[in-house]
Amino acid sequence: MTAEVDPATGPAMSYVYAVSRAGTPLGEALAGLPGLEGGPLRAVAAGELVALVSSVPSASYGTEGVKAQMEDLDRLEVLARTHHAVVEAAYEHATVLPMRLVTVYLDDERVRGMLDEREPEFSALLARLEGHVELGVKVYADPREAVTVSSRGPDTDTAASPGRAYLQKRRAQQQNHRQTYRAAGAVAAEVAARVAGLARAHVTHRPQQGDLAQAAGENIVNDAYLVHGSQADAFRAALTGLADDAPGVRVEVTGPWAPYSFATPPAPGGGEPR
Amino acid sequence: MNDELGAAMPGAGFAEPRAGLSAAPDDSVESLAGRQVALIDLLDRLLNGGAVLTGDLVLSVADVDLVHINLRAVIRSITSEEPAPW
Repeated sequence: MTAEVDPATGPAMSYVYAVSRAGTPLGEALAGLPGLEGGPLRAVAAGELVALVSSVPSASYGTEGVKAQMEDLDRLEVLARTHHAVVEAAYEHATVLPMRLVTVYLDDERVRGMLDEREPEFSALLARLEGHVELGVKVYADPREAVTVSSRGPDTDTAASPGRAYLQKRRAQQQNHRQTYRAAGAVAAEVAARVAGLARAHVTHRPQQGDLAQAAGENIVNDAYLVHGSQADAFRAALTGLADDAPGVRVEVTGPWAPYSFATPPAPGGGEPR
Repeated sequence: MNDELGAAMPGAGFAEPRAGLSAAPDDSVESLAGRQVALIDLLDRLLNGGAVLTGDLVLSVADVDLVHINLRAVIRSITSEEPAPW
């Protein structure tokens, strides 16, 4: 590539979205489509591999620029959604290994060097991911929801004194809380059991919390499963209705995703199925 | 207030009850356009997943690690109001 240097934005750098095998229609299908900052996508090939790349300005994607983007939720969201849109589009054409957010090289030559160096590992990962999708499974415990379902408790003593009624109410709340979490734990175990034969691999993500975790209740399980495409429906079906009899417990399935959570080799002793 | 939440979030079942999703490729364009994945689900994958390259990266290895550390700090600050135990 010719080095384009814009005095305002600095030299262009090569942002890598995903890696795939050479010989797929990926490059032709996506070439020219807009990536980050509207920069057109291109395929950078080396050996058996192809990287999906677009040019980004070093002013925004160097260490300082990235730091600034990370500290601004709106910019982070644009970055994440654009990266994801490219990976999703690529994923429709070929098995891809998604890169982590903000994988940036100085130029395409460095990208080729990386592909050369990592070829055995990436080829093995791509072979493993071939034909598979990632499905997310989240389990939530929501004691408040359980209360609204079973609020007509059996022994509400309407004649009790205010103090006694308060204590009864507190006790009922605590019991409800315990029951809901226990039920959620049981549902989580049941999820694992039901999909054990349907998934090739399993990764545990940190339960979601904080401002971005907007779903009701507390997220107690946030897992990802690698499932063959032909088994995706069976996987969903296996979990349908699982929490119907557990008030305050909710199971959510997300995806299919590109195999983000399985793009790294399993760490020895870590991230393995429970 | 709780009633509102309860009404918005059914107590049990799937958030996306699209049983035959992957069996209906014809709908995929529409369904992709029609739904937007939750940012937090996306960040789980883009900041914790994805292939991590620490080889011959632009921003020398140390800088890359730095970037990733920053990402973790950010996601932690985004997803947790208090210092997290991990």
